[in-house]
Amino acid sequence: MPKLITQVGCPYCGASCDDLEVLVSDDGKKILETRNACVIGSEIFHHATNPNRLKKPRLRQPDGSFKEIEYEEAIDYTAKALLNAKKPLIYGFGSTNCEGISAVGRVAEKAGAVLDNCASICHGPSFLAIFDNGYPSCTLGEVKNRADVIVFWGCNPMHAHPRHTSRYSIFPRGFFTSRGQMHRTVICVDPRETDTAKLADMHLMVKQGHDYDLFNAFRTVLRGHKIPEEVAGIERAKILEVAEKMRNGRFVMIFFGMGCTHTDGRNHNVDIAISLTRDLNDHTKASIMAMRGHYNIAGPGQVWSWQFGFPYCVDLSKGTHAHMNPGETSSIDLAMRDEIDCFVNVGTDAGAHFPIDAVKHLKKHPFITVDPNICMASEISDLHIPVRIVGVEEPGVVYRMDNVPIQFKKVIDGPESVPSDEELFDRIYVRICELTQTEPIWVHGKAPVPASTSRVK
Amino acid sequence: MAELLIKNGFVVDPSQKMNGDVADIAIRDGTIVEKVGSDAKVIDAKGKVVMPGGVDIHAHVAGPKVNAGRLMRPEDKLFKSPNAQEHYRVEMGFSIPSTFKTGYDYARMGYAFVMEAAMPPLHSPHVHEEIHDTPIIDEAALPVFANNWFVMEYLKKEEIENTAAYVAWLLSATKGYGIKLVNPGGTAAWAWGLNCLSIDDPVPFYDITPAEIIAGLIKTNEYLGLPHSIHIHQNSLGVPGNYKVTLDSLKIAEGVKANNKFDREQVMHSTHIQFHSYGGDSWANFESKAKEVMDYVNTHRNITVDLGCVTLDETTTMTADGPFEHHLNSLNHLKWANTDVELETAAGVVPYVYDKDIKVCGIQWAIGLELGLYAKDPSRTFITTDHPNAGPFTRYPRVIKWLMSQKAREATLDSLKYCSKVIDATDLHGIDTERTLYEIAQMTRTGPAKALGLSHVYGGLGPGLDANVAVYDLDLNNMPTDPEEIEKAFSRALWFVKSGQVVVKDGEITHHGNKRTVWVHAKVRENHQVTRDIQDKFLKNYTLGIGNYPVWDHLAPNPYVIEVDGEA
Amino acid sequence: MATIRMKPVKTPDLFLECFCISPDVFAGKTPTEISRLEVREGKARNELGDFFDIAGSSGKTAEETDIFIDGDCSRVKYIGSKMTAGSVTVNGNADMYVGGWMKGGSIHVRGNVDSFCGLAMEGGEIQIDGNAQNYVGCAYRGDWRGMRGGTIRINGSAGNDIGTFMLGGTIIIEKDAFIHISTHAEGGTVVIKGDVQSRVGGQMVKGDIYVFGTIEHMLPGFKEIGTVDKNILGQSMKFRHFIGDLGERHPKKKGREIYGNLYLRAS
Ligand code: SF4
Ligand SMILES: [Zn+2]
Repeated sequence: MPKLITQVGCPYCGASCDDLEVLVSDDGKKILETRNACVIGSEIFHHATNPNRLKKPRLRQPDGSFKEIEYEEAIDYTAKALLNAKKPLIYGFGSTNCEGISAVGRVAEKAGAVLDNCASICHGPSFLAIFDNGYPSCTLGEVKNRADVIVFWGCNPMHAHPRHTSRYSIFPRGFFTSRGQMHRTVICVDPRETDTAKLADMHLMVKQGHDYDLFNAFRTVLRGHKIPEEVAGIERAKILEVAEKMRNGRFVMIFFGMGCTHTDGRNHNVDIAISLTRDLNDHTKASIMAMRGHYNIAGPGQVWSWQFGFPYCVDLSKGTHAHMNPGETSSIDLAMRDEIDCFVNVGTDAGAHFPIDAVKHLKKHPFITVDPNICMASEISDLHIPVRIVGVEEPGVVYRMDNVPIQFKKVIDGPESVPSDEELFDRIYVRICELTQTEPIWVHGKAPVPASTSRVK
Repeated sequence: MAELLIKNGFVVDPSQKMNGDVADIAIRDGTIVEKVGSDAKVIDAKGKVVMPGGVDIHAHVAGPKVNAGRLMRPEDKLFKSPNAQEHYRVEMGFSIPSTFKTGYDYARMGYAFVMEAAMPPLHSPHVHEEIHDTPIIDEAALPVFANNWFVMEYLKKEEIENTAAYVAWLLSATKGYGIKLVNPGGTAAWAWGLNCLSIDDPVPFYDITPAEIIAGLIKTNEYLGLPHSIHIHQNSLGVPGNYKVTLDSLKIAEGVKANNKFDREQVMHSTHIQFHSYGGDSWANFESKAKEVMDYVNTHRNITVDLGCVTLDETTTMTADGPFEHHLNSLNHLKWANTDVELETAAGVVPYVYDKDIKVCGIQWAIGLELGLYAKDPSRTFITTDHPNAGPFTRYPRVIKWLMSQKAREATLDSLKYCSKVIDATDLHGIDTERTLYEIAQMTRTGPAKALGLSHVYGGLGPGLDANVAVYDLDLNNMPTDPEEIEKAFSRALWFVKSGQVVVKDGEITHHGNKRTVWVHAKVRENHQVTRDIQDKFLKNYTLGIGNYPVWDHLAPNPYVIEVDGEA
Repeated sequence: MATIRMKPVKTPDLFLECFCISPDVFAGKTPTEISRLEVREGKARNELGDFFDIAGSSGKTAEETDIFIDGDCSRVKYIGSKMTAGSVTVNGNADMYVGGWMKGGSIHVRGNVDSFCGLAMEGGEIQIDGNAQNYVGCAYRGDWRGMRGGTIRINGSAGNDIGTFMLGGTIIIEKDAFIHISTHAEGGTVVIKGDVQSRVGGQMVKGDIYVFGTIEHMLPGFKEIGTVDKNILGQSMKFRHFIGDLGERHPKKKGREIYGNLYLRAS
């Protein structure tokens, strides 16, 4: 009898839906059907049972080809590469659970590496803004139950977070929003006519790169001052109208995305959006939230904040303490400046996402990818180590875009012998300890991995 | 069989009425015993003070708001983090230390247990993930209840049994320890940007008052017979003139008797009372009402308090009192984080500088100490700084110094810019009480352990208790004349034995210990209505599946579960 | 005055972190002792002498110590950081954090500098003959206490984020600047002699900004209130006077709100 597993988490986008239902074959090895997920969410589950899944690490040979090797050898190679480098960079974690992210913290600290996550190339500017201005936010249930004015600024959930609008932001009928969409005014600020903009009650087509000016205009009129006839391509009358809508909302929710973090001024766009949210709280209730991209990309920000005090760009090369200063310790800056001599790409595709020059610099040194799948980064790597797929074959804690922790189940058994991220990094850690003749540290008294798996010849 | 003998120290253990008696402490397998064999490892404590491991009843050390504080304050780390001990994890941050630093620092001070003071239930997996990454010290966490939709709905109808069934379910689901109240009703009001400033302000929409929530949760707590009493952060925190609200809410406990099997006597623990003992009606005529508040506490044995002493540092405030943080932010204009948590609670975080050059800060500092000095029963008055709100927990040794030495208090008083105004607005200058080591042990060990219903595990050195033993570099017969020596001694224990394992020697960490997570499992009769209500709200209002809500066992790998039979 | 002369002899593979290149550290040390000071290249621990020839002599105190680096320091971070007195001269480029957290003395870089020059500076003088990258005279991440005193002069142009969270002191950019001048500032003076693209004075509470050239996009939160004659850096000029950021909070003094000032040279 196939088994129906309910309340399954979706390891894809930052909406981190946990209401999926997955029908699994009798032997617990095959996924037959997924329900409730959007198209992209479904995809990830079906991908897992792809017969061409890698089951062993692949090491680049002198002739340029890949050769399958044992995990022991891959672990040894990685440990040595990290130890031999002066400033290794471990980057990624777009699809890793917090258990794996925590384990990699131990490795990076021991190896004196820089630890960074994909936020560095997407919502890093949001962190900078939070450092400078705070983050008046809420959980998504507050939006569902209360928010009556929803602003989507530089984000397009209809495309990037398909079920966001139905589960949290526009359509759901919550406690104080019993009429769902009818209860809400939806405002979209975007230079493009996106699908979200089409759905909105009002669309402000802000001039590309002038978000900061428009935020500034809203703040200025909310304080009762005059603004010019037109700001950022929007007429004054329209700005006044939207400002009134926000002031009169009972609960104003501002969602922002890459349209804010990836145009000129980056963090400042988010920073002033936070200032606007603060101002609105003098009039009514207002909250703001970053539309984080991946289902657990908030995870590294949380785990490393409690371990090292910083959410990303954590330079552990000093040995005695952590240092963070994006612009210096951020992956792209480090790579562009040629400041890295070993690169480990984990659960993401730096090959596709980094600028070509950055990749060229990184390629001069050992380049390792840890990922269940084949991607551009894995194909240019010296070593590719496959791991289990979180949320499908491996359970774990993930943090949704609103920083709510969700305990994701696994639905099927992963390929035998393929380790989880956590197991892999713990084994790398143990190997580093062996090579440096030091005792492993397990802060919470966790037993070291069994000898049979931690020994290398 | 690991045996240890701590020999010849001056034992200060109020649980056995030992006040510096020279005695040996014998340990076998993590527990204190009458005797050990001749092969036991010996620690020579001759001429040193030996105390039970410290028990911190209230600190914010793990969870989403603590981490929001860490995340948003890189400047709390830069040039403010010590170098890591070789072979140990890095230690980052001053006012909101990383989990590793938190565990190490408590151990260095000889602390065995800390209560995380406010766990938002929805975020409980996060709290446990952090606890799990905090070495050495045993921890528990108090879920917040006083703004929770279920609780308000049941209590509005005075349904104590249903409230109890819900509380019991939530404690198990979140692996929580007891009932925490933060700004009852006020935080729920904050979801609409409002607040409840007195105990009779009705909660918008809920048609219930803070007073009713407090009274109802006291009843619920005693109905269940939980080890700890309700643990309350009252309405109107940090507002001039709030001492009246404080007295009003303390009075709710009048006549209620504790019902439990854990030797707990109080029915209400009122936390960081410093923030609630304010007179005046504005910051201009702000003054201390420590005497009025403490007079009340002194005459009511069913109340315990902790101090929440201001330490005059740059720190980070964080509380589930969302409206307070918003208010504070309108005063200091620094960065502000807030999280409203669906159906349950909220929290805010704002950095704050308790500046010696600001009159109000000086008065706040004095109030905390006045309270500690006015207390007639030190075993009901506990030392805290509401870490990190009034100052980081690493300043406990400094608070101890101030409480033990008038000279130290006067020196700090003299260093305040508005010294004479602080003297006018408080009584501190005239108080010559100096707390003894015995009283300090009551305020940091025996007392809090008993109030938590944990005196069978912590806070004493009697046989059968957990072997948590701190040795401090203080000679009871020859106490230092320089109060700085007191602070130094309590900052870095000479030895600290945690659950029988030596974890600190000469103030340095030597071992990662065997840390545990403590929580309460309260058994109640099956309650179909509450089960239905819970399912219903998860379907309609939560954004998380009910199946994904209870904390997995493996997130708290070293459990110490206290079973309570609420049916009996 | 005594001078320590340093000549770069080896380029690091990565970048060197040299907290030690400061009169405060060199004072009272012989060249041999100085050459043994630790520098870091990632986790690799090296000695200053591995990368520089070091000669001359240091003074007894920082104040009596000059440092002259004859050559390129494009891959050397933290030159003159935290210094309190004395001087550092770089006959070439320098990397990040030149004069970061500086309290006194002077730094002169004859080439260009990378980002974070004069980060959270409290006093002293920095002179850069070439261009500066981003974050000149800025606060460290998250700190609301940015540059508090001293002077930074960039003879070339500078990138974005100049004087963020500035509380005092002066920053002079002789040529152009990109975006974000005095963002969140609560004091201090920034003078841009060339053009600025946009976002001048955003979220500014207090402080002064002078722009001699043009501002391509003025923020809507700035309001023109008149024309004033001002003498700035020895030059007398007519300026259009704007106040702002009107979208931001402002303190009151004697019942009147205090704004940030933006002076734009009248054409
Ligand atoms: S919206 Fe995102 S999390 Fe939800 S099912 Fe689609 S991809 Fe998965
Ligand atoms: Zn507290």
